[in-house]
Amino acid sequence: MKNCEYQQIDPRALSVSPLSAQNPAEKKVQRPRRKWEAFPGKNRFFCDGRLILARQNGVLPLTLGLIVVTSGLFFAFDCPFLVEHLTVCIPVIGGVLFLFVVASLLRTSFTDPGILPRATADEAADIERQIDTSGSSTYRPPPRTKEILINQQVVKLKYCFTCKMFRPPRTSHCSLCDNCVERFDHHCPWVGNCVGKRNYRYFYSFIISLSFLTSFIFACVITHITLRSQAKKGIVQAVQESPASVVELVICFFSIWSILGLSGFHTYLVASNLTTNEDIKGSWSGKRGAEESGNPYTYSNIITNCCATLCGPMPPSLIDRRGFLPPDEAIPAAAASEMELPPFTPKSDANMCTQSTKDVLERMLHSSDFHGLCPSGNPKTSPLVQEVSSSAPATAEPSLSSGCSRQLARQAVVDPCPLLTPVAFSKNNRRDSLHSINPAFRLASPSPTLSRRALVLGDGPDIGFIPQH
Amino acid sequence: MAETHSLQDMRQQAAVAAKVFIQRDYSNGTMCQFQTKFPSELETKIDKQQFEETIRTLNNLYAEAEKLGSQSFIEGCLACLTAYTVFLCMETHYEKVLKKIAKYIQEQNDKIYAPRGLLLTDPIERGLRVIEITIYEDRSFSR
Repeated sequence: MKNCEYQQIDPRALSVSPLSAQNPAEKKVQRPRRKWEAFPGKNRFFCDGRLILARQNGVLPLTLGLIVVTSGLFFAFDCPFLVEHLTVCIPVIGGVLFLFVVASLLRTSFTDPGILPRATADEAADIERQIDTSGSSTYRPPPRTKEILINQQVVKLKYCFTCKMFRPPRTSHCSLCDNCVERFDHHCPWVGNCVGKRNYRYFYSFIISLSFLTSFIFACVITHITLRSQAKKGIVQAVQESPASVVELVICFFSIWSILGLSGFHTYLVASNLTTNEDIKGSWSGKRGAEESGNPYTYSNIITNCCATLCGPMPPSLIDRRGFLPPDEAIPAAAASEMELPPFTPKSDANMCTQSTKDVLERMLHSSDFHGLCPSGNPKTSPLVQEVSSSAPATAEPSLSSGCSRQLARQAVVDPCPLLTPVAFSKNNRRDSLHSINPAFRLASPSPTLSRRALVLGDGPDIGFIPQH
Repeated sequence: MAETHSLQDMRQQAAVAAKVFIQRDYSNGTMCQFQTKFPSELETKIDKQQFEETIRTLNNLYAEAEKLGSQSFIEGCLACLTAYTVFLCMETHYEKVLKKIAKYIQEQNDKIYAPRGLLLTDPIERGLRVIEITIYEDRSFSR
């Protein structure tokens, strides 16, 4: 029994005297931490929270590199010839386009796409209370949806188990970044970030300007080679004199197809006020052939749709990265790990996961009556009904085997049983071979009637542990 | 006697009895609007008209922030032309309205809600998901 005990933090006790429970010396020693340091999603922050990026951003350097190298070669090898024979405007235009492309790219990559902060413990409890979950609570509850009417059209809102809230319309949870993103378009690996409400216009200007840049470079290089071969009476000789041009030609040729196609596609999306996500899923199409008929968000006017998407007001970042965490959250003790008062937890996910996993493993190994006490009938490693990212087109499969800190699945479970019930989950439906899951326990401050658990999973050592036997 | 408690005093002395959450109203799309339905927990605490007035004003303010007017259009174009560097010196229209909203909520709290043992939390602190109304236990008022 002792091993099952956990510390319940009464939120009321905390709110009454947030400071008196502290050890003042402890408080003084800790510097005030900013909220980005305790951000629960899988993001990286730079410049003390000013810039945000997805954790897996392997292709962004490649994108930047390709653009810089191609433009560099262009300015170094083609421009001198073209300035001499044509006009000085060419490098000027090229330069402006290049700067615009790089600025848009960096802006897309480092801007918060519209991440929704996770629900506070009280909010989650309130939502739970409103949802009628009947039946036994030893198995995970069925997926929760709520239907609402938007412009006389029925739209289903899904419940996000990670963020513990009903997702607003057009919001989707990105599994790569582990965040709910408003007006989620897709997760772009080239840009190293999700594309959502706040950075869609930068993304769009990036691909449009990039199409112009690649077409421009392509045209100039062709002109260059043509002029040179006319002068020297031979293409081969012209190419030999300027080998860099061939490199540029090849890069531009292959990029143009994809970039122009993407630009065209996104122009269509902007004009009809759709997101990639909705288009891929076919949320609004398939109704009598006219695409706009089903979409409740469209203004039915192309110009208005474009203005709304690209020139609309710029909503602020909701996650307040640079705000300071209140001092009572920076408690290093284990008690803190059981709290979930603010949207952000004080410890980083990696530390949490490792520590709690170790604790649990120790408890498991040393407790003999632990299993007996926990109710049986807890599932199998059945997959969580958690919305795996709907960012189908542009993303790779999320790689799950990257250690403790990357694997988080949280579920609010209604359970009158006061004991901890370890449940093994596999986060991704397609990777059921992940049986070596170490359940760890971290408790939210419970409301009077519910006990909630947050589970942290990790790909730890292969124990093959499946509880509830 | 000492009816006018400051908010800090109240927070430190009083205990939180309950929290009510006003959810978003999506019937007009994704615009930030909150439901004006009067929650039952507040029936004994505050006048329904007053509450609805507060929520309606907030809704209007948010609508103003997100309005697709000429001002936001010009701001957007200017920002695009300057490669978005203009935001380093200037506040966006949305941010200006958010400041207005914060001031309005502060004012409402001071005048109307705090004397009744309630506290409105600015929705921006909750990611514009809910308006959180904290109901404090009514200890110190009954004398």
